Amino acid sequence: MKRTDFVDQASLRDDVPDFGPGDTLKVHVRVVEGNKQRIQVFQGVVIRRQNGGIHETFTVRKLSYGVGVERTFPVHSPIIDKIEVVSLGDVRRAKLYYLRDRIGKAAKVKEKRFT
Amino acid sequence: MSNHKNTRGLLGTKLGMTQTWDENNRVVPVTVIQAGPCVVTEVRTSDSHGYDGVQIAFGDIDPRKVNKPMRGHFEKAGVTPRRHLLELRTADASEYSLGQEISAEAFAAGEIVDVSATSKGKGFAGVMKRHGFHGLRATHGVHKKHRSPGSIGGCATPGRVFKGLKMAGRMGNEKVTTQNVTVHAIDTERGLILLKGAVPGPKGGLVLIRNAVKGGN
Repeated sequence: MKRTDFVDQASLRDDVPDFGPGDTLKVHVRVVEGNKQRIQVFQGVVIRRQNGGIHETFTVRKLSYGVGVERTFPVHSPIIDKIEVVSLGDVRRAKLYYLRDRIGKAAKVKEKRFT
Repeated sequence: MSNHKNTRGLLGTKLGMTQTWDENNRVVPVTVIQAGPCVVTEVRTSDSHGYDGVQIAFGDIDPRKVNKPMRGHFEKAGVTPRRHLLELRTADASEYSLGQEISAEAFAAGEIVDVSATSKGKGFAGVMKRHGFHGLRATHGVHKKHRSPGSIGGCATPGRVFKGLKMAGRMGNEKVTTQNVTVHAIDTERGLILLKGAVPGPKGGLVLIRNAVKGGN
């Protein structure tokens, strides 16, 4: 509990779904080009989620034309239109940096099964 | 200090730093200041004192801790005793009245201000931390002198170390003013001022916000 928490209340979003490392997300990002605004979807695997409160961020990694692309978003950022959880991943660590060194099938995250 | 400028000042408490987003959805680091309410305890004019100024007071204090002369001073202004007193030289002192309350509304969002506070004490600090010296090399035979200042002067001429030479010593715990800080937002309901970027002093420390001396308005 920080003395500045009540200042952050106004900027905190309440429409953030529950997700964690290993999950595949579709992040709908608002992109402003000149006067126009459009939505761009960034789909990939969450490789980390760090910090807390208003400072919380998460990083999504995807392969774009064979090149790994990582994008970090503040969880409560107003540029995010919405976050869709595509699938839940079955992983054993909080930071999935090992995915960076893997290619092909090895870079896949197992899907969580509820049986 | 120039006496023909209108100064607006406000005392407050630094609550800490956080972040928020501006209208372009960019992250803005902000320092939250619990600003005021301050009261005017004395108005000084050229007729009565030879210069124009206004004395403001801020902060709660146990009334038992206020001595008789100070109590009389506060009673004269018709206010309850406060912890901190400060005088601001301002040309428009006559526009203030005794007991008048000054709150965060004295400033507006987007305004440029100067912020003064007592910096965090660092204790006895070496030259690298205190003055930004580069120290000596990490390798090439340097012997346990990696953070030392190196030479501090000549030999037989001048035969002494010059006064004022930068050396290790007590650092911090002194009055520091950060100029041209932008006011990001004002929360009049809670009496908060959000300043863009960092300001000197620890959390819970006393902060003085004044309209900018240079630039701005």
